[in-house]
Amino acid sequence: MMLILRLAFASLRSRKLTTALTVASIALSVTLLVGIETVRAGVRDSFAGTIRGVDLIVGARGGTLQVLLSTVFGIGNASGSVQLRTMERWQQHPAVKWVVPYSLGDSHRGFRVVGTSTAFYERYRFRKDGRLSFTAGRVAQADSEVVIGWDVAERLKYTVGTPVVVTHGLRDIGTSNHEAHPFRVVGVLQRTFTPIDRSVYVTLEGIEAMHGEGEYGASGGAAKGASESGASRQGATSKSASSKSASVIEANKRRAAAIPKAPPAGVPMAMPGAEPPPGTPMVMPGAEPPPPAPQAPPPRVAEPAVDTAKAEAEHDHGDDQITAFFVGTKNRFEALMLQREMNTDLVEPLTAIIPGVALGELWQNIGSAEVGLRVIAMFAVLISITGMLVALYSSLEARRREMAILRAIGAGPRTILALLVLESTLLAFLGCLIGVALVYGGLALAQSPIEQRFGIHLALRALGETEYTYLALVMISGMLIGIVPAWKAYRTSLVDGLSPRA
Amino acid sequence: MSAAVELSKLRFAYRPGHDVIAIDALSIARGETVFLHGPSGSGKTTLLGLLAGVLRASAGQVKVLGQDFTTMSNGARDAFRARHLGYVFQMFNLIPYLSVRENILLPIRLESERRARLGGLSFDAAVRDVAGQLDIARYLDTPIGELSVGQQQRVAAARALIGSPEVVIADEPTSALDTDRREQFLELLFRSCEKANATLVFVSHDHTLMPLFSRIVELAEINTAAKVTRAPSTDGAT
Repeated sequence: MMLILRLAFASLRSRKLTTALTVASIALSVTLLVGIETVRAGVRDSFAGTIRGVDLIVGARGGTLQVLLSTVFGIGNASGSVQLRTMERWQQHPAVKWVVPYSLGDSHRGFRVVGTSTAFYERYRFRKDGRLSFTAGRVAQADSEVVIGWDVAERLKYTVGTPVVVTHGLRDIGTSNHEAHPFRVVGVLQRTFTPIDRSVYVTLEGIEAMHGEGEYGASGGAAKGASESGASRQGATSKSASSKSASVIEANKRRAAAIPKAPPAGVPMAMPGAEPPPGTPMVMPGAEPPPPAPQAPPPRVAEPAVDTAKAEAEHDHGDDQITAFFVGTKNRFEALMLQREMNTDLVEPLTAIIPGVALGELWQNIGSAEVGLRVIAMFAVLISITGMLVALYSSLEARRREMAILRAIGAGPRTILALLVLESTLLAFLGCLIGVALVYGGLALAQSPIEQRFGIHLALRALGETEYTYLALVMISGMLIGIVPAWKAYRTSLVDGLSPRA
Repeated sequence: MSAAVELSKLRFAYRPGHDVIAIDALSIARGETVFLHGPSGSGKTTLLGLLAGVLRASAGQVKVLGQDFTTMSNGARDAFRARHLGYVFQMFNLIPYLSVRENILLPIRLESERRARLGGLSFDAAVRDVAGQLDIARYLDTPIGELSVGQQQRVAAARALIGSPEVVIADEPTSALDTDRREQFLELLFRSCEKANATLVFVSHDHTLMPLFSRIVELAEINTAAKVTRAPSTDGAT
């Protein structure tokens, strides 16, 4: 056996170029196979990682995919809207840790405008544990502030301080511009490679303010009240109850209130009469189910001044609509139960979806892309294994004479077989090793360019079952192909192998 | 003691019905040096293949050292060849990526019985011994590619002779050598065979070498199949 090993190594070394080329061809095949698999997994993971950290997305009654597409991907329209007070009601549910409102319907130069709360920036996760962070600026707090996604900033060349006019509806043309309520960019988000990059974020109050346009703009006091109410709602939405975040929220509120309204929300053209009659929908209307008792008191209780503002807000916007809201549960396992409860809400018809599940479902639906990749991978397997076999076979064929010499000297069939199979296996093994190394090396180098260019994060991860199957296939076929020339070498007479004619 | 080689009613055909070899009887005693000659295509190399047990007779008997090849399995014939035969080819004898020393050592590395016949001699001593006889001891660590054809042929002979095989078969080993070198090579080969007490079956169509051998066999005379299929005019064409 030692002799065979030495012979195999010496022989491979003696044919450095052929050996190198054969190994290279196998390595490239393996690179292709493992590479395709890595890309496939990367695309899938990037897709699945579009939204994380949110346990439920709740929208008006409609299809699961409709809710998912309209909220997470900004594709199509929601089937309807949800009352803000419904969100506030569910917020009281013992299983709910936090809620984030999500209001759609406006756009800015083709980019969606999302009305949300400050908690959004804090709660939203993408990919594994990616948090939203800012390349510049901070979260939108006042109703004239917007935060823009990376693509928006890049495409429109916006930076902090750029004024923004929001359009009603999704198209730029023919629809009304909310010119009376101009916004100003206060923050630019870091790139996430999710639809977030293509969105513009404002506060819910911002949306109300531009749609209300002067509804409550009768006096400066009213304007202040509106902003106060906005602040308080933000506070309410993230009732994570931890005192630290509560104090942060308080600070935000104060800052928000303190920000001078440069282009005041409600300038003169007031229509006071349009204001909803006071008193009607006072705090948490009767629609609310028996409130789950042992709740940590919401932060607003702590500060009476804000409390009043809150009351005023409820009073003002009791009928406000949002498109959907995100829910975080205290315990992941309660999400299913909560989903069922929400889907059977008697007050308002809701559809609650678990993003991960819905994304999986969507992937199943648009999985034809994956099937395509799989088919390509399959062809790649076929072609590369064939190529590898040709390379191995011809390199072994060239050695028939050598085999004939060995045979004449007394090497038996087992020796010849062992020698050739060992060689081809060795080549296949080296090829696999180098191929996998190439994938990882290439990935390490190309990871960020690919991410920059295509928005697909290709993770450096351990080889999966599919990859091992590919490698095993390469190894086994490499091993088997060694048998063919061995058998031929053995069958071929010395005449063939040794006379100069051959 | 049985004859070194004994053929009887031997028939061989690559394709059924087209006999290449048809020899009724041939016996070679131990220690003989036999010059086997004949025109190209008279079946010399085929006969050597049969003697070496690489080819299997279609009919009749091939006995080497008393063993009947026709009743042995392929594996058994391989093992027998490794133990008892030395083989020198016309050209391209050596494994190019092994050193001279390693080439010579191959047979005893491959076969333990041949190794045992060194009689306690170390590998190195055995190589030096046989290389010394063939006057190539200087080249043991030279790459094969740097040797002349004559030197390569001597290395091949050394490899065939190491471990004292009973029968040495040489297939036109001198055809690539010039006349001076031929005789020199043969002298060395004879001496080594004598020392190892080996029977030499030497195939060539170079009639000038004939007088050096103890016995001459004209294949065309004993191979009845060749007469039918081959014209004698091709003699010396190679």
